[in-house]
Amino acid sequence: MSTTTTSITAGVKEILSAHPEAKRDSLIPILQEIQEKQGFLSREAVVEVGKALNLPVSKIYGVATFYNQFRFAPQGKYHIQVCRGTACHVKGSAAVLDSLKRELKIDSGETTRDGLFSLEVVACIGACGLAPVINIDGNFHANLTSQKIPGIVNQYRKQG
Amino acid sequence: MKINNAFLQWAIDGADPKTGQKEWEDRMVALRRENVQKPVVFIGTGTCGLGAGAAFTLEKIRQYLEKNAIDADIVEVGCIGLCVEEPLVDVQLPGRCRLMGKTITQDKVDEFLKAVFAGETPKGLTLAQFKTDGLEPWDGVKFQDEHPFFGPQTRWVLRNCGVINPASLEEYLARDGYRGLKKVLSTMSGEAVCKEIEQSGLRGRGGGGFPTGMKWKFAFAQKDPQKYLVCNADEGDPGAFMDRAVIEGDPHRLLEGMAIAAYAIGADKGYIYIRAEYPLAIERLKHAIAEAEANNLLGEKILGTDFSLKMIIKMGAGAFVCGEETALIHSMEGERGEPTVKPPFPAESGYLGKPTNVNNVETYANVPVIFLKGPEWFSSIGTEKSKGTKVFALAGKINNVGLIEVPMGITLREIIYEIGGGIKGGKKFKAMQTGGPSGGCLVEKHLDTPIDYENLSAAGSMMGSGGMIVLDEDDCMVSVAKYYLEFTVEESCGKCVPCRVGNKRLHETLEKICEGKGTEEDLPYLKNLSNVIKDTSLCGLGQTSPNPVLSTMEYFWDEYVAHVTTRTCPSGKCKALMTYTIDPAKCTGCTLCARNCPVDAIAGEKREPHVIDQTKCIRCGACYDKCKFSAINVQ
Ligand SMILES: Cc1cc2nc3c(=O)[nH]c(=O)nc-3n(C[C@H](O)[C@H](O)[C@H](O)COP(=O)(O)O)c2cc1C
Ligand code: SF4
Ligand code: SF4
Ligand code: FES
Repeated sequence: MSTTTTSITAGVKEILSAHPEAKRDSLIPILQEIQEKQGFLSREAVVEVGKALNLPVSKIYGVATFYNQFRFAPQGKYHIQVCRGTACHVKGSAAVLDSLKRELKIDSGETTRDGLFSLEVVACIGACGLAPVINIDGNFHANLTSQKIPGIVNQYRKQG
Repeated sequence: MKINNAFLQWAIDGADPKTGQKEWEDRMVALRRENVQKPVVFIGTGTCGLGAGAAFTLEKIRQYLEKNAIDADIVEVGCIGLCVEEPLVDVQLPGRCRLMGKTITQDKVDEFLKAVFAGETPKGLTLAQFKTDGLEPWDGVKFQDEHPFFGPQTRWVLRNCGVINPASLEEYLARDGYRGLKKVLSTMSGEAVCKEIEQSGLRGRGGGGFPTGMKWKFAFAQKDPQKYLVCNADEGDPGAFMDRAVIEGDPHRLLEGMAIAAYAIGADKGYIYIRAEYPLAIERLKHAIAEAEANNLLGEKILGTDFSLKMIIKMGAGAFVCGEETALIHSMEGERGEPTVKPPFPAESGYLGKPTNVNNVETYANVPVIFLKGPEWFSSIGTEKSKGTKVFALAGKINNVGLIEVPMGITLREIIYEIGGGIKGGKKFKAMQTGGPSGGCLVEKHLDTPIDYENLSAAGSMMGSGGMIVLDEDDCMVSVAKYYLEFTVEESCGKCVPCRVGNKRLHETLEKICEGKGTEEDLPYLKNLSNVIKDTSLCGLGQTSPNPVLSTMEYFWDEYVAHVTTRTCPSGKCKALMTYTIDPAKCTGCTLCARNCPVDAIAGEKREPHVIDQTKCIRCGACYDKCKFSAINVQ
């Protein structure tokens, strides 16, 4: 992602202009929109929001870091969500997660150095019937075991 | 989007055949699908369906219809509940009952549709059929009410889920939709509405089971002219998906329930606080709100009365504690979602300091039927203090994983062995965890206890929002408790010490025990600490987070003792307590284990006994699963 500072700021301004009389209760929706468009919350974006809502940057980080949804670094090309909901847990999702961490050599919440993969742990994604599941960019991989992980990861690696 | 107004009025007045026009009658028959003019193919495209590949199935269905020049409608529906048999595809042919197909993955589409359109029952691919008078049934297919999964259920809230097109207001109208709202607006005062809800005995489905009528009365009694209504669709229990299914499958039911509640307490703004992780549900809600507004069922001067209601969607940003109502309100205000002490209750001072009524999705979804059929009818089902039905998300080691709705008072045995189809792989039932991270477990001796709010609390668990996780003999209860604590530690907001620090200590101690480093002193420590956290935490999260520990200790004390004395895990789950070795007498040297070991811990020549390097082994169990000669021992 080669979004430059100016284009980030311009993007944020555009989002803010759609909230003309934004008050405190619009903060989270605005941050959600920014993340949706730009993939993560950059410093520049947070500063810009602070100016518009007349809130200190620290306050905005205080709110944003509270919620699991917000990211402060760009995602990998392939974003892997591992379900750690209860149904997946009792069918072995911990082993699946371990295997992914080993295979990608990153922890959850991180992105691989080549920028190809990022890993996120989520609670129930509503596919308990297929547990354990992972979701890669909207595609579900169901009934997983740790042994199936290297194959899946390699398939994406091949696509580059 | 805009429906003929005269037709709409006629429908919400009860669609009396004497007052309707012929054309409306026909429309009703079509919308209710009492019969169809041309074939209709229904496909479940809820989140669970899509997860199982429904999008590919849908594409294949389109191709099949086109290739064979069949003129048929395709309707995307929500989840009917049997998630484990997804993708679910139904077909209704003119003059015939609606046939439900199961596990129709893309490769089975041709076979399934070929048989159906030839009028034959597709072997091995059917689940059941709907019973409709005057329509010809399919040979050898059970009716829905005889089917073990559907038969024992009582579907009120889920009545339309998986049956109707959730994107069609007309289909909801044709199934008595918005009749409750019409009745309330034209004949009842707000106070009378609160009273009927009280009489019905409806209690909150979000966890606590607080009487809904009382809550509404409290909000009604507030003098402030500005009041708000909030729907809690945060659904944070990590093993639950009821609310999502209701919204995806029948969004208007929620909207109607909320409109009735807003009228009752005198609110003119309704907020739906929904998890951002539910994109499909959000999309369906947006569409339903727009359609209801376009037809004067929401918005300004609803149905020509003085009552107006603006519906607004607020997306949650992922925090379990935001399901707690005060935290939810702070989150709506753009703050960190930290709870505050009650009182003041939201009904006195809630969103932006104004009186606010907060209820769960399922609570609101129960409301329309109470005004359609009366409070006595509603309270005729259930136990003494728990009326109506409850939706549960049934998952874990059970055959029929899915969403069920049962009358209050049903037993665990019926749920597990009839509806659930028994334990997976014929294993032995060990426990059922209800109430998620705030709940506890039910065991064998509870199998015949009627399920209601009181009995679940008495057993040390709770109704919670409705997650039911079945555990079998292979599950270690200490590690189940550890799993929930891991979740609460992660999700504690950190505002108060007992929860922030106490849960962390609980989790560490459980971790220590699972790693075989626990001592006997750890057990009383766990118990005491749990009680302190329960007694001193600020909000419901901390007050309930030790429940999984206390409840597993109560019913599975021996397991805890085994972990700390003989350092063994009786169910063989705790990895650190196990050693994998290869029995040289049985090992044929086939090399299969070595090839499957993810960390190359197994060495040995071909046709020679292999050995495991214990310093490398991560105890994943792959070798044990793969070995064809039972040569791997676990201790
Ligand atoms: C930690 C915590 C999480 C909660 N999560 C939810 C939730 O996800 N959904 C919900 O409806 N209620 C949840 N509740 C209960 C709410 O605080 C509140 O009681 C409920 O929304 C009231 O609605 P009801 O009376 O219709 O049940 C939670 C409570 C606590 C303490
Ligand atoms: S009990 Fe836990 S979640 Fe609740 S206020 Fe205290 S720290 Fe926050
Ligand atoms: S348990 Fe897993 S890591 Fe250990 S030897 Fe067997 S395959 Fe290898
Ligand atoms: S627990 Fe993983 S999808 Fe529900």
